[in-house]
Amino acid sequence: MEVTFKKNKVAKKRSAFPVAKAIGSAFLYIALPIVILIVWEIVCHAGVVQVYNMPAPEIILKDAWEKITAGVLWKHISISFLRVLEGFLIALVAALVLGILIGLSKTIERITELTLQILKPIPPIAWIPLAILWFGIGESSKLYIIFYGAFFPILLNTVDGIHNIDKKYLELGRVYEVDRLKLIRKVVLPGALPQILTGIRVGLGNAWVCVVAAEMIAATKGVGYMLSNGRSMSRADDVILAMLLIGIVGKIMDDVLKLISGKIMKWS
Amino acid sequence: MADKNTVLSIKNVSKRFDELQVLDDISLDVREGGLVSVIGGSGCGKSTLLRLIGGLDSPSEGTITINGKEVKAPSRKVGFVFQDHRLLPWLTVSDNIKFALDKTVDNQDEIVDKNLKLVGLEGFKNSYPSQLSGGMAQRVAIARALANEPDILLLDEPFGALDAMTRITMQDELLKIWEEKKVTMILITHDIDESIYLGEQVVILSDRPGKIKKIVPISKICHYERNGSEFARTKKIIYKEFFKEREFDVGYVI
Repeated sequence: MEVTFKKNKVAKKRSAFPVAKAIGSAFLYIALPIVILIVWEIVCHAGVVQVYNMPAPEIILKDAWEKITAGVLWKHISISFLRVLEGFLIALVAALVLGILIGLSKTIERITELTLQILKPIPPIAWIPLAILWFGIGESSKLYIIFYGAFFPILLNTVDGIHNIDKKYLELGRVYEVDRLKLIRKVVLPGALPQILTGIRVGLGNAWVCVVAAEMIAATKGVGYMLSNGRSMSRADDVILAMLLIGIVGKIMDDVLKLISGKIMKWS
Repeated sequence: MADKNTVLSIKNVSKRFDELQVLDDISLDVREGGLVSVIGGSGCGKSTLLRLIGGLDSPSEGTITINGKEVKAPSRKVGFVFQDHRLLPWLTVSDNIKFALDKTVDNQDEIVDKNLKLVGLEGFKNSYPSQLSGGMAQRVAIARALANEPDILLLDEPFGALDAMTRITMQDELLKIWEEKKVTMILITHDIDESIYLGEQVVILSDRPGKIKKIVPISKICHYERNGSEFARTKKIIYKEFFKEREFDVGYVI
């Protein structure tokens, strides 16, 4: 009997010059940032803007180089990153556990519903004053803000992911008398996984936003501190450099998570 | 009436969903190793009947017994093949079959191998459903349904989503499995050819509410010759139950 593999994905159109196509695609990817940098540089040299408020890219690059050679830049980034990682991991575990419980039990969902609905609209930044009152200006208050920022996206997506599982798979479980534990392991969790991973990506992004906010208010290190310190020193180059770093690190973290997601969901 | 060879016995079964009467007074006995096809128009309740037999729903009136025991809930001893293959996309073929097995079964790998061989898919153990064609996925679904050595196999338009060529191959495969395993099968279909080719008898359901209109015994020759005269004769009988044939007036032909 003849059996053939069906191609999982639609075969991409073959280009006559695959390398040329890849280069073209890479060029499109970086073209816009380069144009922005060039225009920015020209605008600064033409004297259209005040250079001490809006330094040219070369000034920022010089600033970055000084900070890299002095070892300060790496210190700021790593301290912010470690804070995010810590708060994010705590949030991940807590949100997954609670999310699975809520997703599986109507009773737990009902019990927690009102509380969560009221807490959800309070932005993490609004917690900063209370967090400082509670935990002081040390590490704990920052961790709390980061935790809070990462927690809700992961929780809500986990619950949604579980609720949205195709009912026909649950029916399949009934047909084969699959017990509850096996159903959770083999159907509920993998079925909800795509949405849980989405929640994790949003959560990590939020955590990164929160670390900046927390560090701007009370810190002596970190990218958020770079921002607020730059402002008080009237160093626009420091401020812009910190902003760019926040963007670049955030993008890299998201890329890494996307890569991990693809590896976990190897069936699709 | 029911003798000791009867596996499935349906007695005066009716099913209502609120006000809507779906099945009306269905009675049917199926002997051990039998292959019954049930045919009817869309919405006649044929899938509901199968869900009742499978224990996924319960009848409003009447009883269904399998091997003398009343059906109250789904059981591993009743295999179910749906129109969609319903394989879990995140499990390999092998794990999908194991999904149906009880954890107390020790020789799981052996069972997987045996049933994959039966449906002609040795070597696809570690594939994911997304790597299989529609026909292959449905074969895995059949292997999964057979893994528990069920007393009865219920097939709900199992080949309805497949293309015509694949469908014919799958029908042949199913007949082969039936002859080899001697497992009792109930096949729901809306395809008259399929009902004749696969069934030992064809149960014709009327439209809403579904009632047994006629039971047509099928000669064994129909399982071998799709294009034979007996097949055509039987097809005509069943066809007439659903449609009126247009009169061909030969009067004016010179």
